[in-house]
Amino acid sequence: MNRYLKFGIPITVILAAVAWLAMTGIGETKTYFKTLPELEKMGDQAHAKRLRVSGYVKTGSIVHDGTQVRFLIVENPGGANEGRTLAVSYRGIDPLPDTFKDQAQALVDGKLSADGTFEAKAVQAKCASKYEALPPPASSKPAAATTPAI
Amino acid sequence: MENIGALAILLAFCFAIYAILASLVGKWKQKKFLVISAERAVYSVCALLTTAAGLLIYAIFSGDFRLTYVYETSNRDMSPIYKFTAWWGGQEGSLLLWSWLLSAYAVVVVYQNRRKFRDMMPYVTAVIMTVETFFLTLIAFVESPFKVWWAGRGIFGDITDGRGLNPLLQYWTMAIHPPMLYLGYVGFAVPFAFAMASLATKQPGEAWINTTRRWTLVTWMFQTTGILLGAGWAYAVLGWGGYWAWDPVENASLLPWITATAFLHSVMMQEKKGMMKVWNMVLVSTTFWLCIFGTSLTRTGLVQSVHAFAQSPLANYFVWFEGVGIAATLYMILSRLEYLKSEAPIESVVSRESSFLFNNLILLAACFAVLWGTLFPVITEHFNGEKISVDAPFFNKINIPIGLFLMFLTGVGPLIAWRKSSIDSLKRAFMWPAMAGVVVAVVLMALGMRHPYALISFALCTFVTVTVAIEFVKGANALSAKSGSGMIPSMIELTHRNTRRYGGYIVHLGVVVMFIGFSGAAFNQDAKTELVKGQSVTLGHYALKLTDTSEGVLPNYRWWKINLDVTKDGEYLGQLIPERRYYAASKQQTSEVAIRRRVNADVYVNFAGPSDTDENKMVIEAYINPLVSWLWCGYWVVLIGTIICLIPSKTKLVYPRTEVVEIVGKHEQVEN
Repeated sequence: MNRYLKFGIPITVILAAVAWLAMTGIGETKTYFKTLPELEKMGDQAHAKRLRVSGYVKTGSIVHDGTQVRFLIVENPGGANEGRTLAVSYRGIDPLPDTFKDQAQALVDGKLSADGTFEAKAVQAKCASKYEALPPPASSKPAAATTPAI
Repeated sequence: MENIGALAILLAFCFAIYAILASLVGKWKQKKFLVISAERAVYSVCALLTTAAGLLIYAIFSGDFRLTYVYETSNRDMSPIYKFTAWWGGQEGSLLLWSWLLSAYAVVVVYQNRRKFRDMMPYVTAVIMTVETFFLTLIAFVESPFKVWWAGRGIFGDITDGRGLNPLLQYWTMAIHPPMLYLGYVGFAVPFAFAMASLATKQPGEAWINTTRRWTLVTWMFQTTGILLGAGWAYAVLGWGGYWAWDPVENASLLPWITATAFLHSVMMQEKKGMMKVWNMVLVSTTFWLCIFGTSLTRTGLVQSVHAFAQSPLANYFVWFEGVGIAATLYMILSRLEYLKSEAPIESVVSRESSFLFNNLILLAACFAVLWGTLFPVITEHFNGEKISVDAPFFNKINIPIGLFLMFLTGVGPLIAWRKSSIDSLKRAFMWPAMAGVVVAVVLMALGMRHPYALISFALCTFVTVTVAIEFVKGANALSAKSGSGMIPSMIELTHRNTRRYGGYIVHLGVVVMFIGFSGAAFNQDAKTELVKGQSVTLGHYALKLTDTSEGVLPNYRWWKINLDVTKDGEYLGQLIPERRYYAASKQQTSEVAIRRRVNADVYVNFAGPSDTDENKMVIEAYINPLVSWLWCGYWVVLIGTIICLIPSKTKLVYPRTEVVEIVGKHEQVEN
């Protein structure tokens, strides 16, 4: 058998196996990133897909009810003009992140149930305005949480 | 003072540019004094950056909150150790650390080689200083660590205290994790620079690999350490019960580590057989550019991540630097292809050579899969306008089989002969290790273990351990027969005679131990529940009983604690006291998880606080994580093995360059 074929076959088999794993893996876990307006635009399609929706936690809406946590996310932070609202229910096992609180930027990961509540399997949160009260936002730089170096 | 700091950075920028120009012109015009002056400029860059870093640290310690950076990353109450780590607690400081480390590495390289490699050194200097110039551009002109809050904004009066370092980052592993990773990331600039210099000077040989072998190993060691410190931090602080989430930033640190590992293996092929020359060039360049890519991913917020990124204007700079740099690297390799011809073909699929080849192929496949998964949202958004991301299950699905196959190769590689192995020799070499692996799998199955990946993993771990043990025993036997010394002294002597080989085996053993730790994850158990005093929750063999609750107020934060009695099959094991804190100033809750770490399993409890609806109900998340401790133990074995590899061998081994036929072939190439 020629040398190229001898190496070509195992190499092809390995690469094909990895590619197959990748393809099926993507199919199983792919999640669509949506903002609240985009979610609205999706209409009925939204119920079929795994989604990751971003918004801001509405002030005072977080309710710990047993092992379930319910809260609302809104389009804009601040309170005056909040825009669209989405009710979220979280039952996951992992604890909510420490940064999860009123006005935090949240990413909820899960599915939209038939009654319009978002059943989240995971919640990520970013501290949007950690110390608003301190010196005035002098530059255009957003006052984000201190960045870990890596 | 901030002016001196900014000036130092600006001067360093100028000196770095001078070093590039002077070394290149000096080489081109054969002016020795220019090359020497470029090397002195390298020393100056380091001195200037040390000054700048010193000033920044001084500003943090003296509480100079006029500076944006000091204000954002530190406050008065922080302990000195965390004040020091505030140096790399934010964007600008991290970049300064990057530049400073690179300049320090450059000084070591220039000094070590002041009388060696005179033909290559100007290029080495130029390459390293080009990278340095890029990072100095960022901190001199875009994100200066010495920016003053009120400059030009008409704000007066004193800012008395800063925001302080994120409480999540105030943990010992987090304090040293970034510099460790950076030492690894930055260090790869050196092998890369030598590789490029070797291409530029059209060297046919391996000079660059021999001189950079230690560099590669040391930086690999730092990368490994950095990655595991990050994992350890995530496990002990973040409270979700795991250590690796396949987050984009974690992936960014893993990618160059994978290619660096591939490189460490494939250089052996070039050293011993003169093969895979192009491949090594590609690997060293890929690793270096992945290091830069990793830095850009963490620094620019290209991909959504739990690591709270600041959006920053750096993205474009990185894209340009990477684009131009990668194109230049490709051009260099392609234009020198004729100097990189392999000295011998691979003869058989069943040979040491091909085990290296498959090791590399598999590592690269893993690297590509992780990269693909990480960039998937960016790619899909670009092509069909929708951001689609993939999660941990995707990465696990690909990487678990890949990891197991690698483990298999780890066992096979050392036992298989160079060039070609006969069926007979394979039988002899693999009979015992394979039997041992099968026996372990059968016993575990009989004990009731059914998880297929875990069974395969434990079998392969046994297989590799036995192969390594056989290597040690065989070598030591031969030695002790000659010298008459005992088994243990012979093993030490054996290792000392060829530190690279036997140190490498010890690294492999460490990886085995780590794999046992990974496999434990197949048996993780968790439960989320509410408990009132006296109630308990059962998790497998373990039970947790809530015995007491307490709360209190400290100046900084309010706290709640619960006491949990841990029992296993009714036997009392001890108490766990997890804590929940609420920082009033930042309105941030943090949790202090309680972990009972043992060899067989960790009991891990995160206290989520009292329930909002009923104050007597305490919400806890409990996890049983079998074998996690093996992961951290495995790291120490890897570290020891790597250090042994770095110790020079007692007897200098000269590897014969195989057959006469090939040497003739080599001469022909040179004549052509």
